[in-house]
Amino acid sequence: MGRSTTAKDAEALVHSLRSAYSATPTNLKIIDFYIAFAVVTALIQVVYMAIVGSFPFNSFLSGVLSCVGTAVLAVCLRIQVNKENKEFKDLPPERAFADFVLCNLVLHLVIINFLG
Amino acid sequence: MALEDKQEKAVRHAFGNVLSFFVLLLIGVFAFSIRLFSVIKYESVIHEFDPYFNYRVTQYLTKNGVYDFWNWFDDRTWYPLGRVIGGTIYPGLTLTAGTIWWILNFFNIPLSVETVCVFTAPIFSAFSSWAAYLLTKEVKGVGAGLTAAAVLAMVPSYISRSVAGSYDNEAVAIFALIFTFYLYVKTLNTGSLFYATLNALAYFYMVCSWGGYTFIINLIPMHVFLCIITGRYSSRLYIAYAPLVVLGTLLAALVPVVGFNAVMTSEHFASFLVFIILHVVAFAYYLKGILTPKMFKVAVTLVVSVGMIVCVAVLAILIAVVASSPTKGWSGRSLSLLDPTYASKYIPIIASVSEHQPPTWPSYFMDINVLAFLVPAGIIACFFPLSDASSFAVLYIVTSVYFSGVMVRLMLVLAPAACIMSGIALSEAFDVFARSIKLQFPIAKQTDDASAEDSSQVSTNNGVKPASEKTEDTLKERPSRKSKKKEKEKEKSKSTSVTKQIKKKLLILPFEASLVAIVLLVLLGSFYVVHSVWAAAEAYSAPSIVLTSRSHDGLHVFDDFREAYSWLSHNTDVDDKVASWWDYGYQTTAMANRTVIVDNNTWNNTHIATVGTAMSSPEKAAWDIFNSLDVKYVLVVFGGLVGYPSDDINKFLWMVRIGGGVFPHIREPDYLRDGQYRIDSQATPTMLNCLMYKLSYYRFVETDGKGFDRVRHTEIGKKYFKLTHFEEVFTTHHWMVRIYKLKPAKNRIRGKTKKFKSKTSTGRSNQKRSTRATRKNPYP
Repeated sequence: MGRSTTAKDAEALVHSLRSAYSATPTNLKIIDFYIAFAVVTALIQVVYMAIVGSFPFNSFLSGVLSCVGTAVLAVCLRIQVNKENKEFKDLPPERAFADFVLCNLVLHLVIINFLG
Repeated sequence: MALEDKQEKAVRHAFGNVLSFFVLLLIGVFAFSIRLFSVIKYESVIHEFDPYFNYRVTQYLTKNGVYDFWNWFDDRTWYPLGRVIGGTIYPGLTLTAGTIWWILNFFNIPLSVETVCVFTAPIFSAFSSWAAYLLTKEVKGVGAGLTAAAVLAMVPSYISRSVAGSYDNEAVAIFALIFTFYLYVKTLNTGSLFYATLNALAYFYMVCSWGGYTFIINLIPMHVFLCIITGRYSSRLYIAYAPLVVLGTLLAALVPVVGFNAVMTSEHFASFLVFIILHVVAFAYYLKGILTPKMFKVAVTLVVSVGMIVCVAVLAILIAVVASSPTKGWSGRSLSLLDPTYASKYIPIIASVSEHQPPTWPSYFMDINVLAFLVPAGIIACFFPLSDASSFAVLYIVTSVYFSGVMVRLMLVLAPAACIMSGIALSEAFDVFARSIKLQFPIAKQTDDASAEDSSQVSTNNGVKPASEKTEDTLKERPSRKSKKKEKEKEKSKSTSVTKQIKKKLLILPFEASLVAIVLLVLLGSFYVVHSVWAAAEAYSAPSIVLTSRSHDGLHVFDDFREAYSWLSHNTDVDDKVASWWDYGYQTTAMANRTVIVDNNTWNNTHIATVGTAMSSPEKAAWDIFNSLDVKYVLVVFGGLVGYPSDDINKFLWMVRIGGGVFPHIREPDYLRDGQYRIDSQATPTMLNCLMYKLSYYRFVETDGKGFDRVRHTEIGKKYFKLTHFEEVFTTHHWMVRIYKLKPAKNRIRGKTKKFKSKTSTGRSNQKRSTRATRKNPYP
């Protein structure tokens, strides 16, 4: 009995999640897709390291942290560009994107340096 | 009317801005000038011990360029091990000074490297005051910012580590610390990713400069965690913290001395843990935003049940990994901070440094003076109103007070926090008093109609007043409630100010009380200034390489250290090795330019223990140890003739303890008579025969015929003795530094004579002996 209610609940949850998510605007969905891509790349790198070993540890670190870093920065961009977010309503999205690009530049400069 | 008002406001704003600019400029000049006492009283020289190492590294950098500096392997120290300089120093300070020197020389301003090094600290202290202004402005406002900057410019604790000549990491690191905190709070307040990037770069500069960067990377996650659990999560918090963790970890790993410790040691785990927690919380808030409340509840129950299992599994793995290392992943220095008794039990070297002892109560009053009782007022002022920034300031002061109680050296981290808090407190106090005076000044002005609305507001004000006056008492020095004149409160001038008061629930204090209170606060400030200037001039400006003393016949200058080092550099070979206790290692390599065995870096305990054992052993054993290390000269510091208390005989017990920690045949009780450390006739024979005693007191009896030691206040035990394995080569003018040379090994030829007769004289027997002699190598 408990099982079926939780299963029904889970189903209802997934359904409502899907419907709520499809209501988000397209530009945010693109950013979400980019975030998912970055996270998946990071996971692939971790699995690869588990198989092959972590010898050039700095390369592993820079690879994983670059994926995590771009994911985090993309989340920040999404926060700032989201129209429903009251705190950032006077921030023009171009400014948010420029900040995003700048921060990514710094991040990748450091990554390339650390990659060895 | 409105336009004129606006114009008036604009003019007042502009005037205020110009005034703050000039005040800040003056504060910078003052911060620079108060640190110049040592240059005026002594000379422009580098102080203490550690700055000499930094100076030597900077010399190398300016002479050989960045690439050679980054890959430098120093073979003139820790003989025969050497030291990888590029990978074991925090390069921020040397790179900063090197850059300044390079820029100045690029513009053909020929300042020497020494001058740049000496004056780096005062310049950066001016920058620190400006950074403190910016930080406090973010927390409270411009007035608080200016007060905090003025207070930081002269706080004695910061002066002690940043006088002109104190060329040490903290000179630059405190500026980096305050600036990083400023950028963090600015990002928190504005939510701008640009400031988050700048924050990460400032954190990088801090990691380059000082090992105390772990304070930042643990304080900021603590603050984020505090905000989360007190329900102050916002998207600005995410933007302030998440990029800092990723970028900051990468940047910290770039610095060679940190390297992979940035992801593997326990000092950084807090940041990762809070990073994960923050993401979980952010995701939860996002879901709450897009789901209906009922669905959200369902999601929460589902996630909680599944998530718990995953969390427990991950936690178990983490605990297993951490517990497998003996120190639970923390380094020795960090552990000694968390557990104050750790160092004395396990790492005697850390425990022996005088800066690592806990501070006494008077040292708080000496180092932060009046701020000690303005800080609680500031903490309370931070709660009215409580914002993210002010909660950060409160957390900063609380943690720094704890750490300053562990080590005297960390009073330096307390200083900026105390200045911020007291700046806030003073500024709020002045605010209230000045407003009280300003609003009661035009007593019989307009507002008969205004007084009608005033009276209703006044009654509510009176109700609020007793409660809030209690808090005001903590801000004021002496509340004079007797002179409360309620009629004066009714005569307020403008209704706008009344509404402002209602909004802030503030009070108008009696006119005389406010005036007296302002005078008293100014008096408090003047006591602080007088004390700071006195501390800077008398207590903290001694270069400790030159000593002075006043007596009835004038000023005596003791320049023995430099005398000894220059003797060494002129009278010994370039490749000669000098052995001394580790305190003098940096100075010897920098000034005498000779290879040393151990120096202040103290990274190799066994090597230091070897030197300590040699100093504690009798002459022959000590000679053997020193000879095995290729030592040519031994240097000891002796203060018995002039009364200099920081000499090697006073440090000798630490040598015994450290040596005994590695070589068990050195036992501390052997050197103590009835538990007391003595060097007079009652001293133990082990003490009277050890190398340190002999090298310190050799021929000492010739100075006054009785051998009276002015530091220990007794006559020495063994007065007349000869040295068999060492010979004295130099003693400075006041006998403060004594240099001895190892006598070469005696020939081990047995039997007849020390000199070889010619080969023809004894024929075969001599040949036999010579072959026997050549088989036994006399110079091992």
